[in-house]
Amino acid sequence: MCGIVGIYLKSKKFEKDLGKMLSGMLVNMESRGPDSAGFAIYKKEKKEEFKYSICINNLVFEKFKKDISKKIKYNSIIKNSDHAILSSKENPEKVLSILNELKEISLVGYGRSIEIFKQIGNPKDVVKKFNLEKFSGTHAIGHTRMATESAITTDGSHPYSTGSDECLVHNGSLSNHNNLRRDLIKRGINFKSENDTEVAAGYISNHLLNKKNLKETLQSGLSDLDGFYTFITGTKKGFAIVRDEIACKPAVISETKDYVAIASEFQAMAHLPGVNIANIFEPEPGIVYTWGN
Amino acid sequence: MKLDLKKLKLRKVNETLQSIDPKRNNKNYTILNPEGNHAICVGLTDDIDITVKGHVGYYCGGMNQNANIIVEGNVGTGVAENMMSGKIHVKGNASQSAGATAHGGFLIIDGDASSRCGISMKGIDIVVKGSVGHMSAFMAQSGNLIVCGNAGEALGDSLYETDIYIKGKVKSLGADCIEKKMDNKHLKKLDKLLKKANLEKLKSKDFKRYGSARKLYNFKIDNVSSY
Repeated sequence: MCGIVGIYLKSKKFEKDLGKMLSGMLVNMESRGPDSAGFAIYKKEKKEEFKYSICINNLVFEKFKKDISKKIKYNSIIKNSDHAILSSKENPEKVLSILNELKEISLVGYGRSIEIFKQIGNPKDVVKKFNLEKFSGTHAIGHTRMATESAITTDGSHPYSTGSDECLVHNGSLSNHNNLRRDLIKRGINFKSENDTEVAAGYISNHLLNKKNLKETLQSGLSDLDGFYTFITGTKKGFAIVRDEIACKPAVISETKDYVAIASEFQAMAHLPGVNIANIFEPEPGIVYTWGN
Repeated sequence: MKLDLKKLKLRKVNETLQSIDPKRNNKNYTILNPEGNHAICVGLTDDIDITVKGHVGYYCGGMNQNANIIVEGNVGTGVAENMMSGKIHVKGNASQSAGATAHGGFLIIDGDASSRCGISMKGIDIVVKGSVGHMSAFMAQSGNLIVCGNAGEALGDSLYETDIYIKGKVKSLGADCIEKKMDNKHLKKLDKLLKKANLEKLKSKDFKRYGSARKLYNFKIDNVSSY
């Protein structure tokens, strides 16, 4: 099963409430995925700074902070439960190669505006642990997981991010992910897990790197990604949803003048302000819907 | 009587509606704050009127017998799933598999219904005022599916003996589904169903009829009364 949710704000009105809105959506989707939960939230970028979302697992934060300061020159490092957001002006390639070599931690995402938090456990607990309600931002994506093809681990949790400011959540399963993974590895995309969704995220990163836009990328995904899926994907300024052409995996969109909200089921959105006068519709199979750019 | 899902548990609401005392209880119920909950009004057996004020989740009115349910909002997957009798009127849109496997009763959807509307229907009459998605009436066995808008791909795939009437365009027909001649008896039947859905303004002759070519399954004329 799995539950997926997302909000893209069209006006500034709800920027401060974004975390609160997403939090309610994730908690309501517990019934579709009690194994793990995660979210990606896009905040205003700071010039020249890159942010790295790191799951420090069982490390003691102070020790990690001390060790990392010897390797990376950072502007700030902020602890949030077992995650940390490291901000640095250093060359991203250099920082990434250092972070990827550290076996005790998992780099869950990076970019100018994205922050990602994900962990095993009930969505209610995960949301509380990271204090999602206090977050503000411009758009956000979340996932509640009912594990199927790979284990219940942090690396098996969504959202997946395989490129700067990119993230993807998925309800469904892919059947050609092993072939696609081999092909993408040859093209220089790195994978951390055996998970099928990570392959779809890598596929999107590869297309975006080759200067395709989000809409074109997802449209070509319709013929290249075999399986069942509803995907919600985010970029620094964009937000999109696509369902495979069989459309077994559900999705509902609620759009008002202030926001676009997407969820696997309407009940995840019932608490959103003004949802009862929103334009509510199901995305059609095989059609890519995008907002922003 | 008002039943507020913000104050009462869903199970309590359904139990109340499933155990009506005809001597004491009144016949009119309103459900407030459905908030997309699943399985609202399932398994009802009495001739009562219920209005649901808002959007509901999956399987609303499932297995219904006799009850008259109005949903003032959208419905999720499988509205009226396995309905036996009674009436469900959806004032918004319906998600996939509306009226799935239903044996009888009447389902009206004012908006659109998405994919697989009337999948494996077994005797229900469904009127969709908008359009239906792909694979509607898949393996439909009996009853009538009437669509005032358009139908998506593979309409009536592997169809048995359901009659399908479409006013708009059909994107494609599924395996063994063909357009059929509209006889007087079909026009009369369609007029009657349109009237039942308060759509007297529509003319039955503007619809096209689709049915089974009877090549995919072993149709036997001796058993036609079973459908």
